Amino acid sequence: MAYILQTTLTLGFVYALVALALFISYRILDIADLTTDGCYVLGMAVSVAFAYQGHPFLGIFLAIISGGLAGFVTAFLQTRLGVPSILAGIVTNTGLYTVNLMAMGWTSNIALLKKETLFTLFHNLGIGGNWSDFILVSCITLLSMLFVRWFLSTRLGLSIRATGDNRDMVRASSINPRFTITVGLVLANCFTGLCGALVGQMQKSADINAGTGIVVIGLACLIIGETIINGKKTITRNIVAVLIGNIVYRFIYAIILQTRILPIDFLKLITALIVALAIAAPTIKENAQLYNRARKEMK
Amino acid sequence: MLKIENISKSFNPGTVNETKALRGLNLNVNDGDFITILGSNGAGKSTLFNAISGNFFVDEGRIILDDQNITFMPDYKRAKWIGRLFQDPLKGTAPHMTIEENLALAYLRAGQSKTFSRISKKDEEFFCEKLKMLDMGLEDRMHTQVGTLSGGQRQALTLLMATIVPPKILLLDEHTAALDPQAADKVLSLTKKIVEENHTTCLMITHNIHQGLQTGNRSLFMADGNIILDLQEEERKTITMEEVLEKFKAGAHKDLDNDRILLSE
Ligand SMILES: Nc1ncnc2c1ncn2[C@@H]1O[C@H](COP(=O)(O)OP(=O)(O)O)[C@@H](O)[C@H]1O
Ligand SMILES: [Mg+2]
Repeated sequence: MAYILQTTLTLGFVYALVALALFISYRILDIADLTTDGCYVLGMAVSVAFAYQGHPFLGIFLAIISGGLAGFVTAFLQTRLGVPSILAGIVTNTGLYTVNLMAMGWTSNIALLKKETLFTLFHNLGIGGNWSDFILVSCITLLSMLFVRWFLSTRLGLSIRATGDNRDMVRASSINPRFTITVGLVLANCFTGLCGALVGQMQKSADINAGTGIVVIGLACLIIGETIINGKKTITRNIVAVLIGNIVYRFIYAIILQTRILPIDFLKLITALIVALAIAAPTIKENAQLYNRARKEMK
Repeated sequence: MLKIENISKSFNPGTVNETKALRGLNLNVNDGDFITILGSNGAGKSTLFNAISGNFFVDEGRIILDDQNITFMPDYKRAKWIGRLFQDPLKGTAPHMTIEENLALAYLRAGQSKTFSRISKKDEEFFCEKLKMLDMGLEDRMHTQVGTLSGGQRQALTLLMATIVPPKILLLDEHTAALDPQAADKVLSLTKKIVEENHTTCLMITHNIHQGLQTGNRSLFMADGNIILDLQEEERKTITMEEVLEKFKAGAHKDLDNDRILLSE
């Protein structure tokens, strides 16, 4: 039981980074950024490849940078070349498949086995014993959350928030929305890259297909969190919701895995349903109201 | 201070939907002018404002603001000097951000704030002072989301945002037309007050010919993408409505139907 709790919390905290990225792109900028899946693998590939060569720290650092670059490419496609935002993400994501393979030395899987990672090095410090992975991951995630909270209250952060809220108003304030979109997407993908990097070194492996569906899972976590922490939507509450949503999701995942009420492969379908329903909810509600009104009128 | 030379703009050129919205329009605005612009629907009034603020680049002609050629300058750069209000009070503010945050963004036009600075106590006091001038009690609601304000309040706030860093020129596109009469009066008197205090050069589109002839120091009448009548201070005082219609008709080659549109409120 303690073991399940431990993995649930650890995975909840580490994957909160992807949801944090989606919070920035989807909620703040109002852009569905489909770079996420490939960017996650990119972070993982870079981090694991460098750890394999004996540079775990450099690997994490470069994974963050690479993630940011992937975000930049997507931003460039949509702000400078007029590619619709969803398509821009898909295009980058597709191209990343090859880049990721290249980063992994043209194999689809790398295992670190006895190599040093950020996590083994931290564990050797003797802090937290069994819980050392969790402690490390939660510190990084909490710091990231604090950073995002701070960043969004700076002038630049305010302009990025306004870009998703009223783009014309941003222009009227003499700010170039191309710039704010670019900064937002770069930042978001830095966190996605970081997440892939940490998971890769923690699980001591990188797999070219590890990112499939990450974006939908991240959105599901975002929505679950927002549903649990409802009420006044402040930035702080929204960021806390990101974390709560991830922990709850990973908990459900663990329960299904343990009890085997369902084959675990069903989880992706369920996740997709959660996301589709949650995003469709306002439309469904509206249609239902219209239908009821029409029925009353027609009587 | 603003010189518009022979500008033209077509929408959907080469298609059946081609519209020549501006046809070789010339305009010379003097420093401190408060110009009202009248004309029937589709005359090209909003398009003229879009051209000045850079929503698109004109097909022909030049736009010069204080000796600087801004013809090909992107909109967000021009926004440093050009303030603008639309008919729709929702257009000028970010609804999910607070009054204070909206003002802080508008104040970025001053170009003094550092990228990573946060709203300080001093900024807050400054915004509070400015909000008091609106006399709507908004200074006590600095942390309220703008989306919860009424149309009149939002338009007044937009006016404040557009002028918190005094622009060289203020463009008002029927900015009181969507408000209830009380709020419209309030926003209009605020506009006059702010424009007067800052000696802001101002162009105001209005549908109300009486308001148009009483406000400011000069009135332009537009039809078919051009200015067909330009009335200065003295003329506006002495001219009768019949004469206005007469002159308008002569310039626009339009029948009475359009006069009615021109006169409608
Ligand atoms: N973005 C646009 N695309 C196509 N046609 C437009 C656009 N903007 C304006 N027009 C057309 O240009 C003409 C002038 O419009 P506008 O300047 O909005 O008139 P108004 O004087 O009522 O403000 C109209 O025929 C309008 O349909
Ligand atoms: Mg108009």
